Amino acid sequence: MEENLYHDFLLFHWRNPQNYGRLKNANKRAISDNPFCGDVIEMEAEIKDDKIKKIRFSGKGCIISIASASLLTEYVKNKKISELKKLDKDFILKLLNIKLGPTRLKCALLSLDVLKKLIQ
Amino acid sequence: MINVSKIKKDFPIFSFYPNLVYLDSAATSLKPKVVIDKVSEYYQRYSANIHRGIYQLSEKATQEYEESREIVARFIGGKSSEIVFTKNTTESLNLVAIGLTEKFTKRGDEVLVSIMEHHSNFVPWQVLSKKKGLKLKILDVDANGNLKISQLKRLITRKTKIVSLSYVSNVLGTINPIKEIGDIIKNKNKKIIFVIDGAQAVPHLKLNVKELGIDFLAFSGHKMLGPTGVGVLWGKEEFLNEISPLHYGGGMIEKVEIKNTTFQKTPWRFEGGTPDIANVIGLKEAILYLEKIGMDKIKSHGIELAHIAESRLKEEFGEKIKIFGSKEKMGIVSFNFKDYHPHDVSQILDKEKICIRAGHHCAMPLHHILKTVATCRISFYLYNSKEDVERLIEGLKKVEKILG
Repeated sequence: MEENLYHDFLLFHWRNPQNYGRLKNANKRAISDNPFCGDVIEMEAEIKDDKIKKIRFSGKGCIISIASASLLTEYVKNKKISELKKLDKDFILKLLNIKLGPTRLKCALLSLDVLKKLIQ
Repeated sequence: MINVSKIKKDFPIFSFYPNLVYLDSAATSLKPKVVIDKVSEYYQRYSANIHRGIYQLSEKATQEYEESREIVARFIGGKSSEIVFTKNTTESLNLVAIGLTEKFTKRGDEVLVSIMEHHSNFVPWQVLSKKKGLKLKILDVDANGNLKISQLKRLITRKTKIVSLSYVSNVLGTINPIKEIGDIIKNKNKKIIFVIDGAQAVPHLKLNVKELGIDFLAFSGHKMLGPTGVGVLWGKEEFLNEISPLHYGGGMIEKVEIKNTTFQKTPWRFEGGTPDIANVIGLKEAILYLEKIGMDKIKSHGIELAHIAESRLKEEFGEKIKIFGSKEKMGIVSFNFKDYHPHDVSQILDKEKICIRAGHHCAMPLHHILKTVATCRISFYLYNSKEDVERLIEGLKKVEKILG
């Protein structure tokens, strides 16, 4: 894991968030916020045949929460819902490739929280 | 001006981190060695319970504990019989809010607070108002972060029973004109009870509760060089004697029978159970230390550093930085830097050993008015210097370099 939180890979996803924007014809929607820092992430998805076919996210937040949403939405495409239900904290940390203290962990996990609501 | 390099030697944390730039004293202050030693002295040399043992160690502990009450009283110009030790400002404010609304209000009465309050002087009144059917009225701030005092006369009605305001804003550093506000309130109706959240004021300025014309003052020891775990509630005896304690049990009783209990006198009847003896004793040492430096010097040091920080930040970053609040700030400056999230700014500064606070600082209603969810906050105390401001500026340049 990277000691440096703000490594290039993360900054790339913050500057160029993947799957950012709204999704027309979405059949699932979910939103979560972190009142502690005001971050909000919304996801819209087209789920068909027990798989996420298309997904987009919108909202605002710090680098960690935006990069996390960007990476997670990339990962989930065409994955089975039953598999996605297994995703946990360690998975997100591996995806981001960083170590986080308890306060910033909430930023990283915000997008996972939205995803869990989305596929409930 | 305070000799900061000399003062830093009194704070052991700087021997572990000589490069530390600590800019979060509004959250909690650092502790000088004399305070740490005083706490440890209790544990090593007379660690007995107070008000109980008929033996010398207990008497020594009792004497030290009660001496702390006297020194706190002297420090704020009150009587020691009016000083209640609590856990922190929050507990002090809960005690006074629960006690006053229970005893002095009825359905339909009004309580007034301001929009700049810390949650600890907002939420208790909000919750209790709902419970008791009271109307909670809110005093606004203007664009500069000053209370709109002109609204006061209109907001106070025949039904207003309590006004509770902070002396210094924990976000903006605004110093509210408490004496002037008190005069307006009491001129309208001298029966209105005036409560002050002094958490950010008492560490920085010499105040005298009698001259201020207030009825209650709440503050914390840990923001004024004292240990954590100790808060203070000062109240006029006539009101303290009327309100109920938060905790019933050991220590606070005089006589217990099967059907009835009589309580100790004020202030002891508010201190149920074994209190935080060591840390109460430590607070005394913190006050003596502050007095030795001089509260007038401490006050001007905080105001001057906030002023320097604000002008240097503007000079270096211009439009890229948005600073909130009024002109004169009691050692606190809140800002946003470009469109960077305060958490990211704070995290990158941490790599440079610069500690700032990022978030809503327990004042969400105020942030709503400021139209931002979070801010970066720097706060100064007597161990900070102009060099710390320069280190912060270097740090922010690094933030800009990384985040672009």
